[in-house]
Amino acid sequence: MPEGGTGIGAAVKRVEDKRFLTGRGNYTDDINRPNQTYAYILRSSHAHATLNSVDTGAATSAPGVLAVFTGADMETGGLPCGWQVHSKDGSPMHEPPHPPLAKGKVRHVGDPVAVVIAETYAQAKDAAELIAVDYGELPAVVHMNDALAGKSLVHDEIGTNLCYDWEIGDEAQIDEAFAKAHHVTEIDIVNNRLIPNAMEPRAAVGEYDRSTDEYTLFTTSQNPHVIRLLMGAFVLSIPEHKLRVVAPDVGGGFGSKIYHYAEEAIVTWAAPRVGRPIKWTCDRSDAFISDAHGRDHISKAKMAMDSEGKFLALKVETKANMGAYLSTFAPCVPTYLYATLLAGVYSTPLIYCNVKAIFTNTVPVDAYRGAGRPEATYLLERLVAKCAREMGMSQTDIRRANFIPADAFPYQTPVALQYDSGNYTATLDKAESVHDVAGFEARRKESEARGKRRGIGYSTYLEACGIAPSAVVGSLGARAGLYESAEVRVHPTGSVTVFTGSHSHGQGHETTFAQLVCERLGLPMSNIEISHGDTNKVQFGMGTYGSRSLAVGGEAIMKAMDKVVNKAKKIAAHILEASESDIEFKDGTFTVAGTDRSMAFGEVALAAYVPHNFPHDELEPGLDEKAFYDPLNFTFPGGCHICEVEVDPDTGVVSVQRMTAVDDVGRVINPMIVEGQIHGGLAQGIGQALLEGCVYDADGQLVTGSYMDYCMPRADNFPSFSAGTEITLCAHNSLGVKGCGEVGAIGSPPAVINAVVDALWDLGVHDMPMPASPQTVWKALKAASPAVAAE
Amino acid sequence: MYDFAYHKPSSVADAVAARSGAEDGTFVAGGMTLVPTLKQRLAQPSDLVDLGGIGELHGITVSGDTVTIGAMTTHGAVAKSAEVQSAIPALAALAGGIGDPQVRNRGTIGGSVANNDPAADYPAACMALGATIKTDKREVPADEFFTGLFETALDEGEMIVSVSFPKPEKAAYQKFINPASRYALVGVFVAKTGGGVKVAVTGAGQDGVFRVPEMESALSSNLSADAIADVAVDADTLNSDIHASAEYRSHLITVMAKRAVAALS
Repeated sequence: MPEGGTGIGAAVKRVEDKRFLTGRGNYTDDINRPNQTYAYILRSSHAHATLNSVDTGAATSAPGVLAVFTGADMETGGLPCGWQVHSKDGSPMHEPPHPPLAKGKVRHVGDPVAVVIAETYAQAKDAAELIAVDYGELPAVVHMNDALAGKSLVHDEIGTNLCYDWEIGDEAQIDEAFAKAHHVTEIDIVNNRLIPNAMEPRAAVGEYDRSTDEYTLFTTSQNPHVIRLLMGAFVLSIPEHKLRVVAPDVGGGFGSKIYHYAEEAIVTWAAPRVGRPIKWTCDRSDAFISDAHGRDHISKAKMAMDSEGKFLALKVETKANMGAYLSTFAPCVPTYLYATLLAGVYSTPLIYCNVKAIFTNTVPVDAYRGAGRPEATYLLERLVAKCAREMGMSQTDIRRANFIPADAFPYQTPVALQYDSGNYTATLDKAESVHDVAGFEARRKESEARGKRRGIGYSTYLEACGIAPSAVVGSLGARAGLYESAEVRVHPTGSVTVFTGSHSHGQGHETTFAQLVCERLGLPMSNIEISHGDTNKVQFGMGTYGSRSLAVGGEAIMKAMDKVVNKAKKIAAHILEASESDIEFKDGTFTVAGTDRSMAFGEVALAAYVPHNFPHDELEPGLDEKAFYDPLNFTFPGGCHICEVEVDPDTGVVSVQRMTAVDDVGRVINPMIVEGQIHGGLAQGIGQALLEGCVYDADGQLVTGSYMDYCMPRADNFPSFSAGTEITLCAHNSLGVKGCGEVGAIGSPPAVINAVVDALWDLGVHDMPMPASPQTVWKALKAASPAVAAE
Repeated sequence: MYDFAYHKPSSVADAVAARSGAEDGTFVAGGMTLVPTLKQRLAQPSDLVDLGGIGELHGITVSGDTVTIGAMTTHGAVAKSAEVQSAIPALAALAGGIGDPQVRNRGTIGGSVANNDPAADYPAACMALGATIKTDKREVPADEFFTGLFETALDEGEMIVSVSFPKPEKAAYQKFINPASRYALVGVFVAKTGGGVKVAVTGAGQDGVFRVPEMESALSSNLSADAIADVAVDADTLNSDIHASAEYRSHLITVMAKRAVAALS
């Protein structure tokens, strides 16, 4: 593609932005069905209580109310979990039931108790106040240690709060390595719990057509086909051909809209009972207590090293909070998406990790931008930084000494994954240069002259995305394969509609995927439409999460386009009276090799649909091809993030002065979109490090239940980012792409905290929890050096 | 929100009459606190008396050494006012630091002062500058106006008409924001007038805004940051929450007070 083109590598402006920026997006709450009603969900105000009775009498007869349902009315399946993890003793994880409306007991603040359906939302909400719930309060377990001690059982029937006790690696072998080590560095790490806060709150519209017995659900989902499968097969017993799920424009997901939520099942189930369409829209307050939360790990880790600082063995023990119920992906996050990443970019030969997944009386926890990999990266990069301090090595020397060399790929880690490509020295070199690390000392002195402390922190990280090779994840407990599907439909006049099983909720697929078509079929952007999000249009799809859309969904589109080109070559060969093997396709034109005889793509498309003289036994009319692509491996983006902070020792305020990210995301299709994805990821990563933290009180009440207390990042929390790429190609997909959606959020938190620790090291602060809020930093300073804090 | 009767009078007298005629009415100025409270169903007034249509409540006048700001004047208008910027630059800067542009274009000085949110900015300015709060019935000095958390000297149905600030010789406001809400975690307003130095603190006190006599006397004899470096407000009188313990607030009061003194202009 020439410069300024629209193919691979061009910074094409996002075609979807016209409707988003002019307020013409079509979000779920924008959808209004004829004769629509409104649902309000009454949620538990208690973290843990028996439901002694739910009296809906007064609510049912309130103005405008059409129906009130409770858990006792809703005799359906429970919300299913998509992954099964086995404990180290071979037993399957505990998988307690998760009814859409609570039955018998509520297990977290926000657990749905009843649904009121009325003519208006206000009437539904008014009536909900008339529902008399008799709660029998039970002690709540909020902290994982209390849950493990069995202070109260979240699910009585399983007799424990331990969901599973999983391990990877050989513990005895590891302990032997530690016994022989020159030095062991230990660290305690808490990965703070986060609340996702997509800009668009969740919503769902359920509809039932009595004449055809067909259901339709419009929902804020990252994967409508998965919702159709889970809800249809496991919860409501509706066969796929009678259930359409549409995820229209969706305003951000970050993982929180992967899962099958109770409200989707409730409005779909209730629609035939009310005989009218039902809309439910979450408000922000309810989003805090009903969207799956993220992270929430407590870990102990230690690294064994030889006298040169070479890593010999890593041992990690992690407690992972599942919340009150198992959300769709939850069990795999702290296991297959976490412990398998503990090698990082290092050639550590022995790794052992034990993970205890624990039920608590809190909102379910599941994948959130990065899902397991941020937790692994944070633990590893904080630990490596501490190793360097204890070994008297520089932050870069210890990393360089332990990097997997660029010529060692494919590289088999001791924790199941095989990396296909990467060059960690190259990303570190470039990041140091872009950041102007050489000028740090001068900047530090300048800060000091102003009474501020300046520090620099590194994170050389790796993640696994392009989720996922079905065979691998099947062996790991996924109950589904994680391929992707595509259909490329060439219309008679040569325009193209691509139906993709990926889903865009901000990522810009309508642009990036169209660029693939421009490149492969030689068409202008204006002739290409990308369609997604409707199970009645797209043959099938696993959806968008785990930075998989391009590496898996894009490859499915490439595969379908290969089929289109092959079929088109047959047609061109027939019409040009040449051998199929002599037909060349380049820049949108089919040419008989070595001749000037050719047909444009559009002419072949027209011939496909006007097949007057086709040999029917050899050539079917039409030009419409479908493909499923199952990746051969995960992809492994990685890179180096360098953060420079200034800390005000008088107040504890941390300000990020420089943030450099040099990421290897594989081949870049649209550099502008990639940079935007990295910026967004960095904002969330810095948010986790400095600002965001979910706080429950001892009774299980959410203290950070609004923006008054939950600190969302704002633009002025960030400097201008330096985001660049230094790529190696993915070795196992045709595009050479790896993924860019999560790298910013995965790589940055340890860089930020390492920088804060570096800034304060000489004042005696050697550890720093997230979020490093002003108060947290001030307390750390005070504890380390009372004289400084009292100044 | 629950249903309520809505009134939009065009004079102070009509507003007071509408309010007194209501079973459980309330005035609404900019609505920056009241409207979210209504939306969350945390309040259920029978009547809302909207003060937005009363022309006499708007505007800023400077007369001699006094700046008078009408109750319905928005924070944005105060921040941008050339008169306020010239007469009391610290007050214009304070107004320009309230909330975000949307809040500043709706929120009013009368609403903020009447609400007396313990984390609001204006009460600190009123106390330190020795403002006078004029109501439909009387004039109340700031020191007697703010009586506790969300409590003021206003009688039931009494409404603020304007707030008058005497011009100080020098003044400065330093706010340490709550990282989440961006309200004042601690805000310190220092003003030097012919009558001495006043120091008022918002965001921190268990009973809302308060003055710090120890700092005032130290600064009256030596107007420098060093003079108050060792003066700390007793943490036992301060708020504690997830963002700041009482000890941290006490520490921040001293830091912010020093910075305000250094910034006096």
